[in-house]
Amino acid sequence: MKTRIPTRVELLEIYRRTALIRGNDDRFIKMLKAGRIAAPYYSPRGQEIIPSALSVLLTDKDYICTIYRGIHDMLAKGMPVKELWAEVLGKVGGTCKGKGGPMHLTYPAKGIMVTTGIVGSSMPIANGLAWASMLDGSDTVTVAYFGDGASNIGTFHEALNLAAIWNLPVIFVCQNNTYGEHTRYAVTTKVRRISDRAPAYAMPSIHVDGNNPIAMYGAAHEAIERARNGNGPTLIEAMTFRFMGHVYGDDDSYMDRSEKAAALAADPVVRFRSDLLTAGTATNEELTEIEASVEAVLDEAVEFGMNSPPPDLAELRRDVYETEVL
Amino acid sequence: MSDRMTMVQALNLALADAMAENAKVLVFGEDVADPEGGGVLGVTKGLSSRFGPSRVRSTPISEQAIIGAAIGASMAGYRPVPEIMLMNFTTVAMDMIVNHAAKLRFMSGGQTSVPITIRMTTGAGFATGGQHADYLEAWFAHTPGLKVVAPSNPADAYALLRACIDDPDPCIFVENIASYGSSGNAPKRHEPIPLGKATVSRAGEDVTVVSYSRVANEALAAAESLAAEGISVEVVDLRTVSPWDQETVLQSTRKTGRLVVAHEAVRSFGVGAEIAATIGAQLFGQLKAPIVRLGAPFCPVPYSNTLETAFALRKGDIIDGVKAVMEPVANKAPEMS
Repeated sequence: MKTRIPTRVELLEIYRRTALIRGNDDRFIKMLKAGRIAAPYYSPRGQEIIPSALSVLLTDKDYICTIYRGIHDMLAKGMPVKELWAEVLGKVGGTCKGKGGPMHLTYPAKGIMVTTGIVGSSMPIANGLAWASMLDGSDTVTVAYFGDGASNIGTFHEALNLAAIWNLPVIFVCQNNTYGEHTRYAVTTKVRRISDRAPAYAMPSIHVDGNNPIAMYGAAHEAIERARNGNGPTLIEAMTFRFMGHVYGDDDSYMDRSEKAAALAADPVVRFRSDLLTAGTATNEELTEIEASVEAVLDEAVEFGMNSPPPDLAELRRDVYETEVL
Repeated sequence: MSDRMTMVQALNLALADAMAENAKVLVFGEDVADPEGGGVLGVTKGLSSRFGPSRVRSTPISEQAIIGAAIGASMAGYRPVPEIMLMNFTTVAMDMIVNHAAKLRFMSGGQTSVPITIRMTTGAGFATGGQHADYLEAWFAHTPGLKVVAPSNPADAYALLRACIDDPDPCIFVENIASYGSSGNAPKRHEPIPLGKATVSRAGEDVTVVSYSRVANEALAAAESLAAEGISVEVVDLRTVSPWDQETVLQSTRKTGRLVVAHEAVRSFGVGAEIAATIGAQLFGQLKAPIVRLGAPFCPVPYSNTLETAFALRKGDIIDGVKAVMEPVANKAPEMS
């Protein structure tokens, strides 16, 4: 199969989503510093390109399951920004009425089905969604996002084996940012690449530079088409780097200084912007306009979140079951 | 159709009827399809031949993948009925059950729901030792978002399994291996039993015995023997462990003034403690004797036949418990021994 190249329109849309994720992260950190959010934050800074390039190939009907470091995956998939902000601020106007928070953001209307705080748990549930699509005879696909650390937990093995044996329309996307919590990849994992594990499940795999939008788009296209056409699952290992450590506020002392400096110097958002200009894909005015529109969306969203009231205490009894707990 | 049926037949009929009525019902688990024997204990026999391999599937020995697949499919409109071969094997899928199936509705603010029924069997008496026979229902009952159902007879098993499959929330459906072959009244296929509703399976005046699953039958047998001694026992079969039917237990205990709670699970921190505490608080000052809790000693299920026989509650233990609550001074309650 010839690798698909994104069109100009698609590239600009990938850039818009990337800029939204980047801008959202800036807001989040600003709000944390101002003491207006008091919650752990697993910043996706540095990993923006992966879901942005992939999600332009998905429809609202396609499902994703993601993890605590997954706000970029959700924004790329179309999570409404206002409701996202109300949720992270713990307000009733949030997607989950303030009951889930940043680690459990959910929005089925855009196919954002599960966000888990448990390493590896996106994968087995993604299989079930994919199985349902298969039984329905639809061409819907499911994407399971996870990190490199999750490839060492049992759910990875169980889920990949089941997806392979049942030929499920699912795409396992490992965002390999080279650290699991505070521990370097090589300390915990003997195989050189996560994608090296796919042959153990007789599953096709792609190892790709996740910070390169064109390469990432091509890899995603191949995997999504395979799933849509009934040809089963794919494991994508998308190489990237996280800029803000494991959780916001950790001191990074466990990271190699020169490695981090090199990663920051190669900031994928900055590089993407300059590549678009160099290649003549977009003008500076066009990109500036995208960035301004993203900022306007974020201004409005943060304000919406701040103005939304807190949930009623009756919410403690609601949604435990379909019927309210007495 | 005969008016008698075994537990296995009733469960099989419930699954078949549910699958025939609703094309969204899926059955899967280790060895459940016919080429693999239709379930290690035959509960799912015939289903894959009748409903086809896309709806009835044997899976790898991967409990996390099994429950994960159930959760995902249920969120997309299906009614999965995964089988976890033995209740102890839920331990390897606890993240999927407790962190996900139970909580996704709440954490999503009601946007998603997980209508799955996880079937499993358990029970001491088969020399399987410490990892194949535990009653772990208290763990699940302690988890907000789950419902826990444990029938004692074929007719209830049919109706309650149908009720679980129709229910919008995740249900833990506990079967008892020792009861699989025992016969009872055939199910009334068009008379549903709602979840959360107990039944008074024998009326009496002197003491209330509350139980569920296999031990509810031991309680009935104990009541029969005690009647010959002039003690009138009312037996309440909870049927649903969580949410449990407080009203029926309260009403019965208010009438008799004495309560014994009995289950196969270890007594400490068990379902009996919750029931005893609730009823004790409601009827403080009205009880004629302290509430007696009966359950297994605080140890893993033992192997040796001598020990295993002593471990799981039998009719005789319930008779002793009832006598203790009838004359709390003369007959020391077993829990105090």
